[in-house]
Amino acid sequence: MIDFARNVRLWFEPQHISEEGATPDYRFSLANERTFLAWLRTALALIGGGFAVDQFLPHLRWAWRAGLALALLAAGVLCALRAVNHWVRCERAMRRGEDLPVSRFPALLSIAVAVVALAMVVVVLAGWAG
Amino acid sequence: MTRPPAQDRDPGLQPERTRLAWRRTTLSSTVAAVLAAKASLHNGVQAEGIIICALCCALWLAFLTVAHRRIRTLAAGNIPPPLAPRHATTAVLCTAALAVCAAVLVY
Repeated sequence: MIDFARNVRLWFEPQHISEEGATPDYRFSLANERTFLAWLRTALALIGGGFAVDQFLPHLRWAWRAGLALALLAAGVLCALRAVNHWVRCERAMRRGEDLPVSRFPALLSIAVAVVALAMVVVVLAGWAG
Repeated sequence: MTRPPAQDRDPGLQPERTRLAWRRTTLSSTVAAVLAAKASLHNGVQAEGIIICALCCALWLAFLTVAHRRIRTLAAGNIPPPLAPRHATTAVLCTAALAVCAAVLVY
């Protein structure tokens, strides 16, 4: 948690990153940037999914619709915040010559998406049956 | 008659790939913004919907500005400087704020 707070400070204060270690090959920085952008697109897709659930499933009960939409939106926010945090951590590790940080976030996100997808299947089938 | 390669050109085309990655991301944000505008004006034109729609458009413009600046830097041709954390944070905060707008609309 303390690490996270320090990373949050780094999001806004770029000069602290460039004070540490040596500048890596620019191609590594660009690869890191593309990974960041890929995660950001994932976050945008989750948010778009949240809008879509709210808009295109109008026959669902409100509680289910709101619950699914909010779950997708929350996942999108988490994914976006984690994207910039992971980017900062990788950038700093590269400057210091350390190993890149590992993360269990991809696994957690996969499980969350699978759970939401299953819930939607159940809800849609239940809607047909009822 | 082949043109001699430009000096220090990266054979892996990393700046170009990164530029296109920004382009894809702006497309994704456009889709999200269009969905947001549709959702906000869904229940007829009301003051609340218009405010949220305007907010989403402003967030989309902010995102577009950050992306456009980065794209121009990457397209400049020389070795690009690393992405500034401030710009990365701005892009992420725009995304998160869009999600907050969506959550308000769900209620």
